[in-house]
Amino acid sequence: MKAKRISWKEIKRQKFLVICTVCFVIYGIIFYYIPLGGWIMAFQNYKSRDGFFGSEFVGLAKFKFLFSDSTFLRVIRNTLAMGVLNLVSTFFMAILFAILLNEVRLAIGKKFVQTVSYLPHFLSWIIVTGILHDALSSSGIVNELLIKCGILSGPINFFAHKGYFWPIVAFANVWKETGWNAIVYLAAITSIDPSLYEAATIDGAGRWAKIKNITLPGIKPTIMILLIMNIGNVLNAGFEVQYLLGNGLVKSVADTIDIYTLTWGVGQNDYSLGTAAGIFKSVVAIILIVAANQFAKKSGESRLF
Amino acid sequence: MKRKKVWKTKSSVADKIFVVCNTIFLTAFVVVTLYPVINTVALSFNDGIDAVRGGIHILPRIFTLQNYRTVLHQQNIITGAYISVLRTVIGTILALATNALLAYVVSRKRFIFRSQLSLFWVITMYVNGGMIPTLILYRNMGLTNSFWVYVIPGMIGAFNMLVMRTYMEGLPEGLEESAQIDGAGDFRIFASIISPLCKPVYATVALFVAVGQWNSWFDAMLYNRMASEYTTLQYELMKLLSSVMQQGGSANPGSSTAVAAVTPVTVRAAATVVTMLPIICLYPFLQRYFVTGMTIGSVKE
Repeated sequence: MKAKRISWKEIKRQKFLVICTVCFVIYGIIFYYIPLGGWIMAFQNYKSRDGFFGSEFVGLAKFKFLFSDSTFLRVIRNTLAMGVLNLVSTFFMAILFAILLNEVRLAIGKKFVQTVSYLPHFLSWIIVTGILHDALSSSGIVNELLIKCGILSGPINFFAHKGYFWPIVAFANVWKETGWNAIVYLAAITSIDPSLYEAATIDGAGRWAKIKNITLPGIKPTIMILLIMNIGNVLNAGFEVQYLLGNGLVKSVADTIDIYTLTWGVGQNDYSLGTAAGIFKSVVAIILIVAANQFAKKSGESRLF
Repeated sequence: MKRKKVWKTKSSVADKIFVVCNTIFLTAFVVVTLYPVINTVALSFNDGIDAVRGGIHILPRIFTLQNYRTVLHQQNIITGAYISVLRTVIGTILALATNALLAYVVSRKRFIFRSQLSLFWVITMYVNGGMIPTLILYRNMGLTNSFWVYVIPGMIGAFNMLVMRTYMEGLPEGLEESAQIDGAGDFRIFASIISPLCKPVYATVALFVAVGQWNSWFDAMLYNRMASEYTTLQYELMKLLSSVMQQGGSANPGSSTAVAAVTPVTVRAAATVVTMLPIICLYPFLQRYFVTGMTIGSVKE
């Protein structure tokens, strides 16, 4: 059944579907599209009492301020650096974990490891950062082990050093999401034709050769699709962990665009500046998605749209 | 994942080394994943003053239930737990009903506005107004300082809709056609033909939404900071933990004047366990649903 031409008769016949559509569109306009209209605030000196129509129009002044603000430039650097670091480390670990888990012959062991591996995904960031904070505290397990092994002479405060912050955030992401992200790869590995492995075995290929020549090429399309989907999220990847784990000492490496928006927009009530920072983030995200998609199209890989 | 391995390798030395390394890696993975959780549980059952000495690993040293008594006697925790349960239940029911209906409408091949409606929602996945315009909108709508801000704004989401749509499109079309011939209207087809077949995908989406609702804390902080009657468990836990984290970063923890005001580590552990308990308890039963959900979700669009 192909969709018929739009005519009053058809609309009448499908009136239930049309009524639902109207409701869904109204809902979508209110909660997803009207906030887009709020972008106009970025070009105004928005004051609550003057509203959208009464506030003074200032053009690109807010954006000029943003890009001359060294804090904002640093915040962009932090967001990008942590986003890329998280993306690379979670991707690498998920693929590694999926491939290694797939090599386990013992069914019970495999099931157990996999069950344990998704658990952290379902815990909130509050809990994950709390747990991580305890583990890395001066009396925590990490310091204890490092001292016992003789690597350290006394406990170090990991949260007081700028150099540790990015790796800690990346580790938090890896800890929480590795098992979860691996589900898709495990499913992809399952759909690889078993006869390829049989043939390779007959040709005398070892496990390593099979992983390199069959498993990895087999899941390559899945990797590409997920990579494209996640590249657009690089700027989104940084809020909760940084907000929860950050503190005064590491502020200069911990603050991200979202935290900047929160500090200025909500904390200082400068709605216009907060909106401008948000717009910058959205625009960069869209550019990244489109670019990644184009790249995938050119290199002949499967793509998103 | 359950593919039977039909090939047999004569274990060469390289293979043996591989198996050993793999076992070590996966064991380490399990330990690193489970240890912090078990350690938190152990701390939550340990005496508060004793715990300061450190050295508690997987079992409490001096067993006590006092930490749980302390946590469960705090009014803000009780309120938070009540609101968290309420938002999870109401939010999940509303989200499931609306997303399912939307997915049904979008998956009807004969529907005249099908592609337009689909595009309308897919766009929302890629562009959004951002934090500040959204906050102002909710404020103007009277959604801030209210319970409904937890369940109404995020109710319909393009991702959940797409997961359900993909599943519905996989159902045989003949079902719908024969129901139409029997004179069933769209709502009847949706409620009594399509929905019963969609139970697995409904369960998956319900699970995603419920976990999201339970774990969410930022909305409580941003929209309901002033309304303590609508606080959530996660937000209360965050307030407990953040006092310690801020202090953890100070150069000289010993000199901090806030030490006395900070909640003991064991009480924090008890609050953490209370917050993750529902998820840990339901986890074994829900497993099979989210694996299907992830695999459907990954073939969206």
